[in-house]
Amino acid sequence: MTAANAAQSFINVGERTNVTGSAKFRKLIEQNDYAGALAVARQQVESGAQVIDVNMDEGLLDSEKAMETFLNLIASEPDISRVPIMIDSSKWSVIEAGLKCVQGKPIVNSISLKEGEGPFLEHARKVLRYGAAVVVMAFDEEGQADTVERKVSICERAYKILTEKIGFPPEDIIFDPNIFAVATGIEEHNGYGIAFIEAARQIKQKLPLTHISGGVSNLSFAFRGNEPVRQAMHSVFLYHAIQAGMDMGIVNAGQLTVYDDIPAELRELCEDVILNRRPDATDRLLEAAPKFKGEGGAKAKEKDLSWRERPVEDRLTHALVHGITDFIEVDTEEARSKAEKPLHVIEGPLMAGMNVVGDLFGAGKMFLPQVVKSARVMKQAVAYLQPYLEAEKKASGLEAKPAAGKILMATVKGDVHDIGKNIVGVVLQCNNYEVIDLGVMVPSAKILETAKREKVDMIGLSGLITPSLDEMCFVAAEMEREGFSVPLLIGGATTSKVHTAVKINPNYNRGQAVYVLDASRAVGVVSNLLSDTEKAPFIQNIKSEYAKVREAHLANEARKQRITLKAARDNKFKIDWRTFQPAKPSFLGTRTFADYSLGSLVPYIDWTPFFQTWELTGRYPQILTDNKVGAEAKKLFDDAQALLKRIVAEKWVKASAVVGFWPANSIGDDIALYEDDRRGTQVATLHTLRQQIARDPSRDRAHTALADFIAPKDTGVPDYIGGFAVTTGLGEEEAIERHVKKTDDYTRIMAKALCDRLAEAFAEAMHEKVRKELWGYVKGEKLSSTDLILEKYQGIRPAPGYPAQPDHTEKSTLWKLMDVEQQTGITLTESYAMWPGSAVSGLYFANPESHYFGVGKVERDQVEDYAARKGWTVEEAERWLAPVLNYERARSVNAAA
Amino acid sequence: MRRKPSWTALEKAAGERILIIDGAMGTMIQRYKLGEHHYRGERFADHSKDIKGNNDLLVLTQPAIIEEIHGQYLEAGADIIETNTFNAQRISLADYHMEELGYEMNVAAAKLARRAADAWTKKTPDKPRFVAGAVGPTNRTASISPDVNNPGYRNVNFEELRDAYKEQVRGLIDGGADIILIETIFDTLNAKAAGFATLEVFEEKDLELPVMISGTITDRSGRTLSGQTAEAFWYSMRHLRPFSIGLNCALGAELMRPYIAELSHVADVRISAYPNAGLPNAMGEYDETPHDMACKIEPWLADGLINVVGGCCGSTPDHIAHIASHAKGYKPRAITKAEPRLRLSGLEPFVHG
Repeated sequence: MTAANAAQSFINVGERTNVTGSAKFRKLIEQNDYAGALAVARQQVESGAQVIDVNMDEGLLDSEKAMETFLNLIASEPDISRVPIMIDSSKWSVIEAGLKCVQGKPIVNSISLKEGEGPFLEHARKVLRYGAAVVVMAFDEEGQADTVERKVSICERAYKILTEKIGFPPEDIIFDPNIFAVATGIEEHNGYGIAFIEAARQIKQKLPLTHISGGVSNLSFAFRGNEPVRQAMHSVFLYHAIQAGMDMGIVNAGQLTVYDDIPAELRELCEDVILNRRPDATDRLLEAAPKFKGEGGAKAKEKDLSWRERPVEDRLTHALVHGITDFIEVDTEEARSKAEKPLHVIEGPLMAGMNVVGDLFGAGKMFLPQVVKSARVMKQAVAYLQPYLEAEKKASGLEAKPAAGKILMATVKGDVHDIGKNIVGVVLQCNNYEVIDLGVMVPSAKILETAKREKVDMIGLSGLITPSLDEMCFVAAEMEREGFSVPLLIGGATTSKVHTAVKINPNYNRGQAVYVLDASRAVGVVSNLLSDTEKAPFIQNIKSEYAKVREAHLANEARKQRITLKAARDNKFKIDWRTFQPAKPSFLGTRTFADYSLGSLVPYIDWTPFFQTWELTGRYPQILTDNKVGAEAKKLFDDAQALLKRIVAEKWVKASAVVGFWPANSIGDDIALYEDDRRGTQVATLHTLRQQIARDPSRDRAHTALADFIAPKDTGVPDYIGGFAVTTGLGEEEAIERHVKKTDDYTRIMAKALCDRLAEAFAEAMHEKVRKELWGYVKGEKLSSTDLILEKYQGIRPAPGYPAQPDHTEKSTLWKLMDVEQQTGITLTESYAMWPGSAVSGLYFANPESHYFGVGKVERDQVEDYAARKGWTVEEAERWLAPVLNYERARSVNAAA
Repeated sequence: MRRKPSWTALEKAAGERILIIDGAMGTMIQRYKLGEHHYRGERFADHSKDIKGNNDLLVLTQPAIIEEIHGQYLEAGADIIETNTFNAQRISLADYHMEELGYEMNVAAAKLARRAADAWTKKTPDKPRFVAGAVGPTNRTASISPDVNNPGYRNVNFEELRDAYKEQVRGLIDGGADIILIETIFDTLNAKAAGFATLEVFEEKDLELPVMISGTITDRSGRTLSGQTAEAFWYSMRHLRPFSIGLNCALGAELMRPYIAELSHVADVRISAYPNAGLPNAMGEYDETPHDMACKIEPWLADGLINVVGGCCGSTPDHIAHIASHAKGYKPRAITKAEPRLRLSGLEPFVHG
């Protein structure tokens, strides 16, 4: 009669309809293939999922829309929608969108105390009102719980709030005490398995009627690629966790191994790891793992050195693929002694090995840090052969065989950022291209002159700051004028396919500008452009693609309506100044911090961008256990830690900063800075730009400018503003020259990336010092480093040249005010980039309502007004604001030089 | 939150006897053979669209007729009468270009029913009468696509339903209803929106009313139009902590019985049932006699399945009088306690723990 499935001791929640957990499902959703996505859901239900987890949390997706679309479609498939849905998102808006589409009683996954009790209660009330059960993650204001005590105490607190404050039925509460990866090699992780199990036991005891769930696959991330071991770990874990009270799990339905079917040896090894029974548990499982995989495995080979017994050609390939330099000179010598000519070693076994690397990289089976390590091996081999090559050349009187192609690379004038360019250079060299790297801040004339003299096959331009975009347009126009026709490659953080197609390419009709997304694409693009057969169709494809991009861009622009500057000003961001009492800084004027302690900055480092530099995407620390890139991220991270220790201990660089505070009031969209509290003598004016985007009028959102965060002069409120410039780049170049081998690009690039991170960390640390002490407007602030990275503090530190104030030239005002060059050694280039590159500068706003925003595109009326305020001609203003103009300016690219 | 004072009397009455809910309104209105001009009255004489058939509008244009019908059901022995507001929200009213009348019609309808009920409470103080504000399903569905070629498409969404229902519930409460009755639910998502709206209005007014919920099992498949079984439907609605859960419409008493039994087995609240007077004949008329209908319902009462009973399409004051007299001899169903378990649902129920 009733279909209630009683006596279920453990609920299998199907995990495959999750874009963050399944690459296949993500692709289907991204490609709008909802029929395929429904098939995944159906397969889950057919293979025994009793609930299906639906997650659409992917940065590029409209997650709310995707959730709605998918759930509406599921509603029309009775063989799927017969089971309850678990609506899974870290964003409340996505969860709510899902709740509005489900007629059954679903589970919300998840809510937590992460943002405190207020939002938690608000979300729980809504969950109740929509009629859903709820997963509560063991996560609070301090972060995600990793110890038994924290897991239990957070769940107890959540339980109390839910049941006592809003009468949430305890049987509808499911706790997720966080399953983290074990056997990662990081010692603190060893206790994660047993911590979950123990927490489950206590929660079940203390909080009657509640349930325990978790994402089981997380546990075994360290063993990606070894399914038998992963499945064994899951089964062993579940075996113990279910006994402790876990009664729900997000699993790949139908893929669990039966506990008793696990080979006894493997079971015991897994048990040692999960229950953390012996200190060497991880090592033992790692060692044994390959033999359960069925086909050996890379790790075992590396250890037993059996590869040393193979022929020299294989050994070279192995060393290149695995980045091992230990034997490279011995092996290279052996290959040389066998070869007729030293060059044959390069053309033969070494290139063959690099081709394997290239193939694996192209197939996504190797990651950038590995490729750069391969390059290190290659360079060392070539360096060993160099004297023999020279001798041979002399003897035969012949030039060495030319490389596959010659590419000139440069970071454009005014810009100093080159980490990305260097990576691309290394990757190209690995593939036998000759790279001429002109370095940073290279004027157009030098690029073109070198290109002519060296007869290069291609020019690659890189840049990070926005004025570089304009400089690239200029170089393109100059190439046209001087009769070049070689391809022009464009890359770097602010560049884009749209900008290349719409702005750069039209300047260069003789040749073709090609946008290169990242280093992994560079080889493909270059080899196509140098191929006799592929070049023409490749360029034809790009031409038609760019034509489409241009059309789409124009169509898009037409939709992007702006409002007048006057209307925007009338709708400025309003702060109630009557109730605002500004805090007075502990000093006025500037203070310099020379030779700041590097070690003290380390805890402030935000590691996520560091991984982005290496084209490993994901958030730190989760990236270390990521399904796909985790192992590489972990290696990279370990190398980085080791090098960071050296940089700090051996004082490779010097950290300097200058900070200043001034009495300030806003006058319109400008901010006036005064000498002292009498506010009689104005020492500088800071100019700000205002949002002009036309918004849906029903949404009550202001058109903000930074000036709105400072009390207007006519309020009489004695407000203040701060400024800063910090660097950790002093001595960077010299230290790298001194400490790192020329052939070791991996370490060189890493050192630069770390100095960059240190500079950002310095800015973070200094901002905290400002809040608590120097300005002292929040003396009692206590935030974890995660909160700092998430910018949970009061006040902001926007930098000129970034979204809240896109005009880089505002830096010069700061430089004058604080005498930055003298005090810290940071100079500005003609494009207002800072030198050394590992530097950060900006303004401090203390108002609790101040926040980051993007000015977006601005209209001609604001540009004219801004020019008048800055004492510029409109043309000058248009040149500096080029990236944010909402209109086509008159073609004055050439004049910009 | 404050509770509507009449709630206590309702609880008391429900503890003592099986409560009788009234019968069909549409069937009774048909007997008056009203023409377009009756529907229009003076106020809508010049309305741009034909409005004959907009039965809910009669609370504004023919209030005497509606009040008379309420009186007949009260006389027949109904403890609870339903306001004439089945389609009185802006989504259904759009058919007549009368979206803006939603609130006003609900206030007027509740006031009429209130006046009729109060008059009878005065006459029979030992049998207090209650007004249930009727909230219908609307003419659109939030979980079913109207376009077979585009299953993901919807012509109404949760928010539109919630907003329309909020207007309706506000009107019903302001007009003096004792109960909110979400009924004839063929798409549970619509009902969840109605429930959400109801809770929001309670919070807004700091006043809570008992909520009755009544779904519709469309045929012998035992499912709602949107595909849920009766048990799954209950788990979808349970969070509203209603006064009662039950079924109405679509089926006659005979065919409804197994699903009432199913609900009675799992629900830890009161059970209501108001079936149609049999199934429509070839002419679309319901011809089950009052006596037949009452006899078909009687076994439910004897088996202790029911707390609230009455009639839907085709039933008349005569049917209700018969049912009331048959119900007199039986005790209301004792409310069972459900074990606290995780009770989820898709189209089918899923119970764990």
